[in-house]
Amino acid sequence: MADQATFADQAMDLMPSLYAAALRMTRNPADAEDLVQETYLRAYRGFGGFQEGTNLKAWLYRILTNTYINSYRAKKRRPDETDLDEVEDLYLYRRIGGLEAAMAGRSAEDELLDRFTDAEVKEALESLPENFRMAVLLADVEGFAYKEIADILDIPIGTVMSRLHRGRKALQKKLYEFAVARNLSEPVPDDAHV
Amino acid sequence: MFDPTSQCQDALHELYGYLDGELTEAKRAAIHHHLDQCQPCAEPYDFEAELREVVRRKCQEQVPDRLMAKVRAALAKEQASGA
Repeated sequence: MADQATFADQAMDLMPSLYAAALRMTRNPADAEDLVQETYLRAYRGFGGFQEGTNLKAWLYRILTNTYINSYRAKKRRPDETDLDEVEDLYLYRRIGGLEAAMAGRSAEDELLDRFTDAEVKEALESLPENFRMAVLLADVEGFAYKEIADILDIPIGTVMSRLHRGRKALQKKLYEFAVARNLSEPVPDDAHV
Repeated sequence: MFDPTSQCQDALHELYGYLDGELTEAKRAAIHHHLDQCQPCAEPYDFEAELREVVRRKCQEQVPDRLMAKVRAALAKEQASGA
């Protein structure tokens, strides 16, 4: 059983990651701040039930997710039930991965992918239907394992994997739209590297 | 285009399991070995790994000072009322 007096010491350092997740969930800074504050209050009150030595970050994410589902998503009439179109595997790689060859020298795809702005990557992630967005966020941004994501979202591991699979492809499709819109997908002229 | 062997198909099928660190040690080692020998498979792996890193890095946020202060105040208030 965890001691409430130690809660702040252990939990405050995790706020940047929780706040980032709250922003991706609510897509609104004011709601994200409220959600984070509510999460910390609930976590503090329930800290006696947290088992010391287990994963505090995963435990806080579970509270964050539940608070979001219960309080914030309720503002909408219906939960987001949008589904995703079928997207082929390696969608982005098949479209811009080949530019590696066109761009001479050092790891070109690093540079290419780095040309996406923070705002574009955030918008691409936020464009995903909620179920898919949460899975991709927890895995790719926060680095949780499938089992942890299953526990946080209260869904079977098989569902985690299928949401990740389809969510990641949809994220790539959105990023490719940005790449096309900004001509990022155009091969760099040879003389640019001379 | 290269002619995908069953090893290549297997490697591409396990791409996300590999990058997610969710494969058994034996499976992970087998794919690692294959990627060392097969550039056409290693390329999408490198691309996906880099994309993952870019997404992670570009989705970081700074906590506003006022939020940190609000949470600290709320916790202090909660502590005082519970004492």
